[in-house]
Amino acid sequence: MNTHRFMCRIGDGFGKFFLFLVLFFLYVPIVVLALMSFNESMHYQLPFEFSTRWYVDLASNERLLTASFNSVMLALVNTVIATILGTMAAFAFARYRFRGRTILQLLLFPPITIPWLIIGVSMLVLFFWTGIGRGLHAMLLGHVALSLPYVIIVVGARLASFGPELEEAAASLGATPLQSFMRVSVPVMLPGMVAAGLFAFAVSFDQFVISYFLAAPGISVLPVEIFSAIRKGFTPEVNAISTIMIVVSMSVFLIFARLSKFGGER
Amino acid sequence: MRVETRRRWAITGLTGPAYLWLTVTIFLPLSAMLYFSFQMKGPFGKHTSEFTLKHYDAFFTKDYLQALTWRSLEMGFHTTALCLIIGFPAAYILAKRIKGRWREALFLLVVLPFWSNALVRIFSWTIVLRPDGFLDRAVHLVLPGVPPIDLTDSYAAIIIGLTHSYLPYMILTCYLSLQAIDDSLIEAARSMGARAHTIFWRIILPLSIPGLAAGTVLIFVPVIGSFFEPKLLGGTQGAMIGTVIEEQFTVVSNWPLGGALSFILLAIILLILGVSSPFLRQHMKSS
Repeated sequence: MNTHRFMCRIGDGFGKFFLFLVLFFLYVPIVVLALMSFNESMHYQLPFEFSTRWYVDLASNERLLTASFNSVMLALVNTVIATILGTMAAFAFARYRFRGRTILQLLLFPPITIPWLIIGVSMLVLFFWTGIGRGLHAMLLGHVALSLPYVIIVVGARLASFGPELEEAAASLGATPLQSFMRVSVPVMLPGMVAAGLFAFAVSFDQFVISYFLAAPGISVLPVEIFSAIRKGFTPEVNAISTIMIVVSMSVFLIFARLSKFGGER
Repeated sequence: MRVETRRRWAITGLTGPAYLWLTVTIFLPLSAMLYFSFQMKGPFGKHTSEFTLKHYDAFFTKDYLQALTWRSLEMGFHTTALCLIIGFPAAYILAKRIKGRWREALFLLVVLPFWSNALVRIFSWTIVLRPDGFLDRAVHLVLPGVPPIDLTDSYAAIIIGLTHSYLPYMILTCYLSLQAIDDSLIEAARSMGARAHTIFWRIILPLSIPGLAAGTVLIFVPVIGSFFEPKLLGGTQGAMIGTVIEEQFTVVSNWPLGGALSFILLAIILLILGVSSPFLRQHMKSS
């Protein structure tokens, strides 16, 4: 028996166990959260007693329902705007060489790297000052800004794998630039656009910090409502809505992963 | 000439809307906040311009602001260190010890929690860590004699929650670096008699430095600017520079001070990015 092989086996077993522990750590709070949303007790008392009462209560909670509706609508509108504007910019970066191109691309980093806290409060300052004010429209302005860099990067990656040959062929066959864009470029970019759109949806749907500073009294979105519920003293109803939120965003990610072949099959 | 004009219009038309949007929502707000951080009063009522440095001065004269900034940096350091200690080995096992479909599935499982609301995940930790909560029960199941475990409103709880939130970043960046290391390089070293620890220190670690650096920056920067995590998990122990900034805008309405503190925090972040940029550039090249 080769001692090296033997040691490797032991190492492998230990390694897999370690990875299992890491996954356990990552999923424990999520699983506990979901389990407690199905637990009868109001104060998270154990032993566990199955009940769907918190989901039933949720159905008559006007505040949380309105906030959920706002969240979904906001995320959808954000997705449409960010995907369209971002795809246009990504296309320009991929197909044209021009002065200032590098600077424009570098300008995508501040929205990603500056902490959301700072971006959020600065939006509050400007929007309040100029009379744009707070509310869903202000949140939309902010969410699109945070989504744009990701859309440009994801669609750009898709475009990088296709040269401009197809568009050149279309042009030489007499297509106008607009025709060639709509009939050739857009179909080429479509998988990237769908992936970017899902990404934008998740950025908005899960966004808390920006929304927190831009929410107006009475007009808010799900994460902001959850935050105020946690601070006021919460019931498993909050678990129920949180569980639904997690299921929604994780499903969006799994579709995204499937579409963009994230993590494999290359 | 006409072609050149049309080209210019196309570029402006394509990039214009996105960058106009970013200007209104990112660059103008930051400029406005910079302006107000040098003003006596925020934009309330009839605003009259009155220049002052007192909000920046406050940071240097009020000890508690410096202490809280230091505490935030400490929190960033502890979280990043834990993510490194847990994340790097996990990424190594994933990239080098597990093969095929299992690797894809496990990789997806590692990044999946990232796609759930950050606030909700912090909320779930308050339920796990509360007295008579999941952790308390689990520990007493194994060790019945120990005193009750209550991590509510503690520094430890903040670090646990933040580590949980940011660990996938570290695993992701390290995984990308480690996956790029050619296995034949390791084989060659082994066949020439290199021991496991030599291979680790001389090949694997140096080649994964870009990933480690990227993960460190991606975690450290947002953590020192975090506010709701320390607030919800730390309670009275949760005062940080992030929570002070937040409260200037939501509770005490001292927007100029909040702005000044934001820019001081931003300066610290830029300093950190500046120091680490050589490593990051290397990472960009290698990936």
